[in-house]
Amino acid sequence: MENISKTFAGDVQANKNITLRIEEGEVHGLLGENGAGKSTLMNILYGLISKDSGRIIIRGQEVEFHGPHDAISVGVGMVHQHFKLIPPLTVTENVVLGMEPIINGVDKRKGRLWKIVKQILPISYRSASKRIAAIAEENGMAIDPNAKIRDLSVGLQQRVEIIKTLYREADILILDEPTSVLTPQEVDELFVTLQKFKDAGKTIILITHKLREPIILCDKISVLRDGELVGTVNRADTSPSELAKMMVGREVVFSVEKEPAQPGNVVLQINNLHVRDSRGLDVVNGVSLNVRSGEIYGIAGVEGNGQTELVEAITGLRRATSGEITVNGTDITGMNPRQVRDVGVSHIPEDRHARGLILSFSIAENVVLGKHQNPPFATGPKNMMLDLDRFNKEAKNLVHTYSIKVSDVQVPVSTLSGGNQQKVVVARELSINPDLVIAAQPTRGLDVGATEFIHNTLIAMRDKGIAILLVSAELDEIRNLADRIGVIFDGKLVAEKDPYETSQEELGLLMAGHGSEDLEEARNV
Amino acid sequence: MMQVDVTVLLASWLIAATLQMSTPLILAALGGMFSERSGVVNIGLEGMMLIGAFSAVAATYFTGNPWMGVLASVAAGGLLALAHGIICVKFKGNHIVSGTGVILFAAGFTTLMLEVVWGRKGYSEQVTRLPDISFDTGNQFLNAAFGQHSPITYIAFIMVIISWYVLYRTPFGLRVRAAGEDPSTLDASGASVEWTRTIAVVISGMLAGLGGAYLSIGFGSAFGKGMTNGRGFIALAALIFGNWTPLGVLLAGLFFGFLNGLQFAIQLVPGLEWLQNFTNFVQMVPYLLVIVALAGIRKSVPPKGIAIPYVKEEKVRCPTIE
Repeated sequence: MENISKTFAGDVQANKNITLRIEEGEVHGLLGENGAGKSTLMNILYGLISKDSGRIIIRGQEVEFHGPHDAISVGVGMVHQHFKLIPPLTVTENVVLGMEPIINGVDKRKGRLWKIVKQILPISYRSASKRIAAIAEENGMAIDPNAKIRDLSVGLQQRVEIIKTLYREADILILDEPTSVLTPQEVDELFVTLQKFKDAGKTIILITHKLREPIILCDKISVLRDGELVGTVNRADTSPSELAKMMVGREVVFSVEKEPAQPGNVVLQINNLHVRDSRGLDVVNGVSLNVRSGEIYGIAGVEGNGQTELVEAITGLRRATSGEITVNGTDITGMNPRQVRDVGVSHIPEDRHARGLILSFSIAENVVLGKHQNPPFATGPKNMMLDLDRFNKEAKNLVHTYSIKVSDVQVPVSTLSGGNQQKVVVARELSINPDLVIAAQPTRGLDVGATEFIHNTLIAMRDKGIAILLVSAELDEIRNLADRIGVIFDGKLVAEKDPYETSQEELGLLMAGHGSEDLEEARNV
Repeated sequence: MMQVDVTVLLASWLIAATLQMSTPLILAALGGMFSERSGVVNIGLEGMMLIGAFSAVAATYFTGNPWMGVLASVAAGGLLALAHGIICVKFKGNHIVSGTGVILFAAGFTTLMLEVVWGRKGYSEQVTRLPDISFDTGNQFLNAAFGQHSPITYIAFIMVIISWYVLYRTPFGLRVRAAGEDPSTLDASGASVEWTRTIAVVISGMLAGLGGAYLSIGFGSAFGKGMTNGRGFIALAALIFGNWTPLGVLLAGLFFGFLNGLQFAIQLVPGLEWLQNFTNFVQMVPYLLVIVALAGIRKSVPPKGIAIPYVKEEKVRCPTIE
């Protein structure tokens, strides 16, 4: 790829004159923070986004992509970060979509008329399933071709995505943040699979913002920052800290500095809590835990094991089927979200767009939301008027305290970067002087700088004697921040560990539903 | 003996009426299914039926051949649907607004054309009906129930099978379902979301137009102003009630057709003649049942990507001030 540039509407230059050389058969890491332009660059290579200028040359041939079908036809395949799979359809239907085999091999016929006629001839699902099974077996990726996507685990869904590219005979494979949704064990399996592809002579491009992966897997690593190529290095000649420096543009401290916790009284007490999800299935099955003031209790687990519903039950967004939740001795089970807030619970929700912010509202409106109904923000008889000057004053204060990078507190939060949006949420939630903070996936999708800031803020809150319940799918985050770790699997807390006495492997196995005895076994083998 | 005969006659008559009343509903609802499974809401079915009904009569009037009327209804419904498709897919317009426009346009256009073609308000001149397919089964009951139906009724049932085949067995059907669930996935697979959706919408108009032709030259033999009388909306209800599947649409269409037939049958039952004084109320019953049925009986799951125009991932983001 030579001199690729792309500017989005709103004058955001996502890619500035990037030139990338990727050699056949190598594993090339594309490293950079969120918003550095990695995905944009690869979406251009896959034909999903058009480029403004520059050339793409594949095996000496300049190519012009008008859509993904052009890229697919020259052997480029992409596994997207958010899977391009349709949950109610089967594995086979998803794999053949866009390249359906027709009975009697009619699909091999060319010509405009055939192109239309083929559309209404029967798909040969039998030959498709057979081929999928063959591809799966060849690469050691067992899968049932007739299973529906929605019944598969995230790891298996990713398998389907990879099989999809192989079905299209891709020999240049782009993987966008493939490990972000996997358990540590699934990541290991993926790496084994990728190693196989490499041995088979395929070219792999691995997009990531994590440092561990390129170091393990890649031959060469290119680092992007703010849409520009910082440089390309050989794995042998570099180190994680050097990569981090290239990525962020300054030195980064990896582990969070913190004093030992000084836990006080129990603030949050949960007894035998049961919660159902929206489909009516039991997803929290008897969770009991307590969080004391001045400590961070981390809940580790693969997503979808009941964390979301647990948090919703505590914050009043979802009714528990049974069990009891108390905060400082007050029973909050069954309270609505505002009552829960009034008891001193603040909530950093896992999906900041759905529950943390109203994107089209200004920063000032968003930071006051939730306390707008009380003085001093509401004035006049029966607090019927809003004091908008107070909104702005509060917003300016918080913007300053939390160093949110904005020109004006009147701009809609939708115009902020993810990191600054999350800072707005955190600023609002911590400004109510809570006794308990529920932080769900607080650094999801944030870059290194913003993550560091959020981590330090949480630690500072803890040191001030606030109780913090941290729910995160990032194991490193839990291990760095938490003073106690509870592992959740299938709606149950399967273990409680001291972060200083446990290991990445042990937590990984527990998260995947294995007991500690399996770890012993794994070690012995 | 006499009493038995009346009951048998009524039952067979009710079966025939059910088939007649459900024909336009099944056709229009199948049409709606293609459109909505591809992700485009089609509340314009009513308008597409109406324009189909008009075109059928007009073409029959000018050519003298009711089969030309059938072709014209399919073409006119498809053409109107194409406009809806272009607005919704190409220009990413609001599906409900565009659909409402289709209904209003069809109502106005057919009223105007009534005057232009026949110089009349309200009703067109009588034209040749599409000849029924009739046969003798040798049994009085079967004859009354099944012996005489419009070819369009047969087409409607054949269309259910063809629609099932297209939707679940062909590349086009797979793409339609993908476009309705998650268009970005279809796009990434290399197929065109715009084409898939537009063609699905055109098919929906063709089927709805055919349903309209049944009303004007299959069942009746003239066009009347506003003659679809809300059937496009009932078809929409049948579509939802039938959970967006061909079999579901068939059953829901038959059910609503049955209620419709029942409304006439009730008035013929000995001892219920007094109901004739309340015909307006009786006519309301099927619609009430629709509401009850939709509100209470089952939960239907619409396609995920329905009513959302597909825009490629060209995101807008303003820079932050450092």
